Amino acid sequence: MDIPYTVTARPDTGLYNGKLGIWLFLASEVMLFGALFSSYLLLRVGAEVWPRGETILNIPMAFLNTVILISSSVTMVLAWASLKMNQFQKARWCLIGTFLLASGFLVVKFFEYSEKFAHGLAPKTNTFLAIYFTLTGLHGLHVVGGMVVMAFLFGPGAKMWRVAPERYTNRVEITGLYWHFVDLVWIFLFPVLYLL
Amino acid sequence: MTEHGSHDVGIYYKVFGALLVFTVITVAVNRVHLAIPLAVTVALIIAVTKGSLVASFFMHLISESNQIYRVLVLTAIFFFFLMFLPLLGLFSTPAGTEHRSPLTPATHATAEGHH
Repeated sequence: MDIPYTVTARPDTGLYNGKLGIWLFLASEVMLFGALFSSYLLLRVGAEVWPRGETILNIPMAFLNTVILISSSVTMVLAWASLKMNQFQKARWCLIGTFLLASGFLVVKFFEYSEKFAHGLAPKTNTFLAIYFTLTGLHGLHVVGGMVVMAFLFGPGAKMWRVAPERYTNRVEITGLYWHFVDLVWIFLFPVLYLL
Repeated sequence: MTEHGSHDVGIYYKVFGALLVFTVITVAVNRVHLAIPLAVTVALIIAVTKGSLVASFFMHLISESNQIYRVLVLTAIFFFFLMFLPLLGLFSTPAGTEHRSPLTPATHATAEGHH
């Protein structure tokens, strides 16, 4: 049985099913991260003292990661645009580039975490570090999730381009929507945790 | 094959440049060491601007179906309430769990806790 509306828009929603699905998922993700940001506010307002992130965290590393994630969003959207222009090889390289940039993000994060642990700074140390590790750890898991999907799309999943190119293009598009959301969350995490 | 002809990718590079510039501005403003309320306001304005650029152009929200706008408006309403939930703690706090404002001296806050 074929899954309906993977390419054409459903008449009542005006969208192909995957796209509506990813947006509903992203709405739930907004609430997930929103709950944690809300917890951060509650903890910060209730604390007698709250450290400025810059006194504990490494701003140059976070700045580098911001640039890496923004760049990966560009390569991701270029992958989709290339498929729209029927340039499969270019799209595949863009997906690989996005994957490598995501790996770079995690490598920088690994060094950042290692530096903290080496100085005895762990989630149990204080409330600030607890919420820092929770928020950035959850965000890091989202990066890993995106990388798994990208690896499938430029790896074994790329076969679909030959038999159902429009469906493959749509898969890249909804992966991109997810990936841009991961970028979006980092855009808020960076100032909230590191700078304020 | 999906042949849609040329696709204007120039806008993505422009947005990329703008995002980089805003990121540098965020860090530069931080070096000025503004008072916390002003620093929070400036940082959030820049973050919202960057987020809007990503959502509008990379996620194509600038030309999306009404169905998605409806989903997002509903999400925004719930998100708004979620962000203001912590404020409820200022009006109703169970005895023994009250927290002190960072601006209130500890001795006063303890005394108020018994009221």
